[in-house]
Amino acid sequence: MSYSSLPEDVLEHVFSFVQSDKDRNVISLVCKSWYEIERWCRRRIFVGNCYAVSPRMAIRRFPEVRSVELKGKPHFADFNLVPEGWGGYVYPWIRAMAGGYPWLEELKLKRMVVTDESLELIAKSLKNFKVLVLSSCEGFSTHGLAAIAADCKNLKELDLWESDVEDPSGNWLSKFPDTCTSLVSLNIACLGSEVSFSALERLVVRCPNLRTLRLNRAVPLEKLAHLLRQAPQLVELGTGTYSADLRPDIFSNLAGAFSGCKELKSLSGFWDVVPAYLPAVYSVCSGLTTLNLSYATIQSPDLIKLVSQCPKLQCLWVLDYIEDSGLEALAATCKDLRELRVFPSEPFGDEPNVSLTEQGLVLVSEGCPKLESVLYFCRRMSNDALVTIAKNRPSMIRFRLCIIDPQTPDYLTLEPLDVGFGAIVQHCKDLRRLSLSGLLTDRVFEYIGTYAKKLEMLSVAFAGESDLGLHHVLSGCDSLRKLEIMDCPFGDKALLANAAKLETMRSLWMSSCSVSFEACKLLGQKMPRLNVEVIDESGPPDSRPELPVKKLYIYRTVTGRRIDMPGFVWNVGEDSALRLS
Amino acid sequence: MSPEKVNHLPESDTKLTLGLPGAGGECHRTKAGTKRGFLETVDLNLMSSSNDNKHCEENDAMASTTTPATKAQVVGWPPVRAYRKSAMKGSCKFVKVAVEGAPYLRKVDLEIYHSYQELLSALEDMFSFLTIRNHVNERKIIDNVNGVEYVPTYEDKDGDWMLVGDVPWKMFVESCKRVRLMKSSEAIGLAPRTPAKNSSKS
Repeated sequence: MSYSSLPEDVLEHVFSFVQSDKDRNVISLVCKSWYEIERWCRRRIFVGNCYAVSPRMAIRRFPEVRSVELKGKPHFADFNLVPEGWGGYVYPWIRAMAGGYPWLEELKLKRMVVTDESLELIAKSLKNFKVLVLSSCEGFSTHGLAAIAADCKNLKELDLWESDVEDPSGNWLSKFPDTCTSLVSLNIACLGSEVSFSALERLVVRCPNLRTLRLNRAVPLEKLAHLLRQAPQLVELGTGTYSADLRPDIFSNLAGAFSGCKELKSLSGFWDVVPAYLPAVYSVCSGLTTLNLSYATIQSPDLIKLVSQCPKLQCLWVLDYIEDSGLEALAATCKDLRELRVFPSEPFGDEPNVSLTEQGLVLVSEGCPKLESVLYFCRRMSNDALVTIAKNRPSMIRFRLCIIDPQTPDYLTLEPLDVGFGAIVQHCKDLRRLSLSGLLTDRVFEYIGTYAKKLEMLSVAFAGESDLGLHHVLSGCDSLRKLEIMDCPFGDKALLANAAKLETMRSLWMSSCSVSFEACKLLGQKMPRLNVEVIDESGPPDSRPELPVKKLYIYRTVTGRRIDMPGFVWNVGEDSALRLS
Repeated sequence: MSPEKVNHLPESDTKLTLGLPGAGGECHRTKAGTKRGFLETVDLNLMSSSNDNKHCEENDAMASTTTPATKAQVVGWPPVRAYRKSAMKGSCKFVKVAVEGAPYLRKVDLEIYHSYQELLSALEDMFSFLTIRNHVNERKIIDNVNGVEYVPTYEDKDGDWMLVGDVPWKMFVESCKRVRLMKSSEAIGLAPRTPAKNSSKS
């Protein structure tokens, strides 16, 4: 009996154990019947670039999907490099899914423009909708949220991670009907204005399965204790503002409430922290695995006291107020640490305002054997330190270093940091994500192209000397999916020589580099399955062909040029001469 | 169906760049630097108290290893999310900026600027067909292609339209609801500048 004669439902059952998209894609390539069976039983799709495929195409191929994840704008949109109106609209997808996926349960969006109309359509059309995650999205208001609250009878998760939400007056939270008891996760941390506390409280009380609650800044500390006592089962909590008048009754109430939360594993929030109130959380520290203090403006001694009580910590996000001394304490206590992110308290200052150097990171790399993911903002670095880190932690998977001053050399030798980053890619053979900074020549790219075979995403700024740098990366990094470059002297040659590579990647972003409009046109003509988009707000790029293009975004797609480009985005494909009017 | 495209910079505008090596491919990156150099050479009769004269023009050459001038003005660097920036500040004051005749609105957070100077600089960056030229009495905003003059105005808390620059910066940030660059011809009827702010008429 060969594989092909196994009954369909047996195969389907076997496939149901395969969750990873990559594996599912491989299964679908085996033969026509497997392709057919697989596509009917795929329940979850991830579209890393919403313009790579049309919603209709996706729905046609996978008709029984229950969970959709979409990403819109390029990553550099986070840093204001993508003008408003660029695109990433989710509405066409929602309109298509309203008809094509009536039983859709989950929608996760990142960096997309979501309108109230979209949210209302979800609420109206998707009867079994359960999970809405809007990560770094914008374009909607609390009116849209009200529709979701009112009409999604089985809502389990509403997560507005760092989205930009307009808040006209109106109390959306009270639109959750009294019959709604299904909430498991609610993240409203990004909301600027007040929500009705009584509505919030009533919601919390009637949802016994609530595990995650991330409050917004407007929720005062005095009310937090009350909320916690209604939801002692919480696993993840984001506080609101963490400041209040110093009163012993508030403190003891708060401390008591926290001590009742035996399941708490993750803490965040801590806006406007008054250090005297920090000890209120000490009772839960021993169980904490995630701590996000990246908005907490507290100094190193208080941070040390806190962190020293969290031996089970796996993930810490913190401001550089932690300083080298705090990182030393972290390295000594948190042997289970996997992820560390250190954000800058004053990124635009000219002088260092804290005593945080490369030493802190070295100490953590020495003391934390499971460390695999790092985001580190600092003001100085040395090749020695990087080599040490690389040798200490060959299992590093994500390494993002941001030395705040562009093109800063090794502070000890004044050399470029090529050797240091070279050591990172050489020793960390499973490295998937890398962000470079500091003074870097083409050399570092040679190292990356040679060694970083598992690298999927690379971010580069103010680095390199010539096209050779870009060529090393495009020709050497076998697993590269996303490449984003700003302010580097990379031009036409490397791009055109590696045109085919671009079809194997999700996207390439280049801004303030040296790519000519001619080269873009050539690329667009040569590669019909790429969208080569030039972004230029001052006018048609071909009117000044002697100047390099300001911003370039190239991505593979099966649907051709997009139809929602604003006036400042030009698709320079083969019919670029025909401008749609 | 494309919206009216904005006017682009005429070629002669590149001659305004200061201190740049002539090689192509460098002007773009130093566009902001160009403006800093330009602004610095002009006598600025602005209300700003904190004049950012740290803006230097010699850092424009991309090939060199000098750092760019004032970090705050290099868009996209350091890579700190706008969300984080505004959250850290504690408050933020986003206002819409419209330019009469331009199809695109921009939103700016007034709290990240410290002076009118910085704000206008940023507007120059955002609406790149405009140049801020400074005359003896006041600053002027000019469309490079057709020479049309714009006057920066704003709507305050009371709903009145005022000329930008008349009140101290902080007061402006506090009361401004939105900004509009109006064509000079349309700006008649707004409160005229108080004479004390002008140097003597030429």
